[in-house]
Amino acid sequence: MNFTLTQTLVSRLHEAAIPLETREGPPPCLQVAEGQWAKVAQIARQEGLRLVAEWASEENGAFTIHAAYALGAQGYALAATQLGQGVEEFPSLVPHYSVAARMERIIHDFYGLKPLGHPDLRSWIKHDSWPEEAFPLRKDFALNGPLHRHEGSYPFIGTEGEGSYEIPVGPVHAGIIEPGHFRFQVVGEQILNLEERLGYAHKGIEKHFESRDAVSAARMAARSSGDATVAHSWAFCLAAEQAAGRAVSPRAAHLRAVLCERERMANHIGDIGAICNDAAWVFMQMQCQRLREDLARLHHRLFGHRLLMDLVVPGGVTRDLDLDGIARLRDQTQAVAGEMGELFKIYEENTSIRERVIGSGGISTQDAHTLGLLGVVGRSAELDLDARRDAAYSPYDQCPPQVKVCRGGDVSARLWIRFQEIQTSAQLIEKLLVDLPEGGFQEPFQAPAEGSWGFAVVESWRGEIATWIRFGPGGRIQRCYVRDPSMINWLGLELAVREVPVPDFPLNNKSFNCSYSGHDL
Amino acid sequence: MQRILRKIIKVGTVTEPLGRSEQTIEVLGSELDRVIRKRFQKSLAIRQVDAGSCNACELEIHAMNNPYYDLERFGVHFVASPRHADLLLVTGPVSRNMEVALKMTYDAVPNPKMVIAAGDCAVCGGEFGCTYATVGAVSQVIPVDVLIHGCPPTPTDLIRGILMAVGLPE
Repeated sequence: MNFTLTQTLVSRLHEAAIPLETREGPPPCLQVAEGQWAKVAQIARQEGLRLVAEWASEENGAFTIHAAYALGAQGYALAATQLGQGVEEFPSLVPHYSVAARMERIIHDFYGLKPLGHPDLRSWIKHDSWPEEAFPLRKDFALNGPLHRHEGSYPFIGTEGEGSYEIPVGPVHAGIIEPGHFRFQVVGEQILNLEERLGYAHKGIEKHFESRDAVSAARMAARSSGDATVAHSWAFCLAAEQAAGRAVSPRAAHLRAVLCERERMANHIGDIGAICNDAAWVFMQMQCQRLREDLARLHHRLFGHRLLMDLVVPGGVTRDLDLDGIARLRDQTQAVAGEMGELFKIYEENTSIRERVIGSGGISTQDAHTLGLLGVVGRSAELDLDARRDAAYSPYDQCPPQVKVCRGGDVSARLWIRFQEIQTSAQLIEKLLVDLPEGGFQEPFQAPAEGSWGFAVVESWRGEIATWIRFGPGGRIQRCYVRDPSMINWLGLELAVREVPVPDFPLNNKSFNCSYSGHDL
Repeated sequence: MQRILRKIIKVGTVTEPLGRSEQTIEVLGSELDRVIRKRFQKSLAIRQVDAGSCNACELEIHAMNNPYYDLERFGVHFVASPRHADLLLVTGPVSRNMEVALKMTYDAVPNPKMVIAAGDCAVCGGEFGCTYATVGAVSQVIPVDVLIHGCPPTPTDLIRGILMAVGLPE
């Protein structure tokens, strides 16, 4: 992991005469006074830093607010501010980073800490039927604590004016999709505003972590978002291994990357098919679904799981590849990439699909930058971000991927990036398997010392996943925070579909393909 | 167009006969009698409800419609509204925030109706169990007829479970 940015941030804060302490890590963490919390964010914004995440933790009855910042090749920097005993409010970062809005609403929901200056403190994950005084992530709240239900309502943003009306959708959607609610304000068939209401898939994952050791918690991390199970497990394991001060063997690192790239290919292929299907082009859907199934079947054969779940564990991976497995994996990867190349040509020639996707749901580079949109969505709007290159975690430090970006920020651009990334992943898999180092693939995981912490990011197919972990006594997790890229990209979808006709919403939604589960945890 | 046709001809038909299933399906309750099976006339409309899954089950449910499994050849199709459905296919450990929506969806399905709980979470709460955030098994909230185990269940398991529920010859 690359924490070079910490030094840059330290010198900027010194110039601004902000007193701070650096807690040496790994990873290093800047401690600032509560009163300076928003000032740090202001300086970070001026310096062009991206806010990766903001979260809270509790220790001995007092609370700490944490934030992670990033800046391209300089990597990442962590900051924290400790609130005094009995203090239950902190300065909001929303005036500087609008992307903090939902993360702070979650802190408010789960810890009962009030972000001062936050413009919208409606409950977010904690729906209206929850008792207000229940704060699930506080230490005095039991994982299986019963909660009574009461009546409540959620005030959605409305519109007034002749001809405008509202369309409520969900939480049970028309397709085979995760649960969530969308409230559209519409005039004619044009969307004026989309307001998302999420939290329906909240399963208490962060609370679950706190009763487990790293090995058991890895199973929970693998289920943060099933379609990105490898990437979530990997981010969790990297953070835990960093806290333990141990790195996995080079062979394990290579195998993890191979699994993660295969996951990227499978999901990109699935998404391309599904986007085309939403524009009624079934041919592409069927071809892509077929290829995706081919990948899943080989995964089952070589690794024992079609979606590669629970393969990445603290200390390495649970399965090795023999020579025959390597050959099969290489052959299929190249064959599938070849077919996707062929399908790309067909896609480019097909004017009816192009007509639907070009210009639909565009996001400006400025907006994408302001929010810090991640993964395919960010790169399709010229944001040159990729944690594989920027965080330089092993094995990508030896073979950084060539990051493709493009202009437009519309559905077409998001499709194009996916087609390109399938090829990049195929090249990476080939390289990783040809250079697969000899040696062990799994070592027993030594429980980290009490108080040790780790922060890791992994570029999932959806974008950067960030995981922060701190251990308590006996190897138990004291707190583990996960930030799925969907936490950021859902905001992008709200922006993208303004002025889009309602029937094009599914097309746009699919081209973002945010995770409900990963967001709600 | 030429390229599309060439691709279709080259790939050909990949649909397969249904493979062997492992012991992953349990039929519960007495509702699954011949009368109900007969009433569906060998055609079944499914409404899928995600009651807070991690979305892995959804990937495998989608896979049932890929050209290898081609679920529709058995007369089974997914519908957009519970009011058009004969069967609810429920995944997830029933998050607290989905409990009411799941009950409402069940009530909206016309009688006679069936429910399949698909995936370990829906069967027993799975990795998430019964907590402040999740109810656990789907059967805690609505009556369930068939259980399909697996994390997630494979498309073959899912298809077998569905065919078993409706009594179709495989």
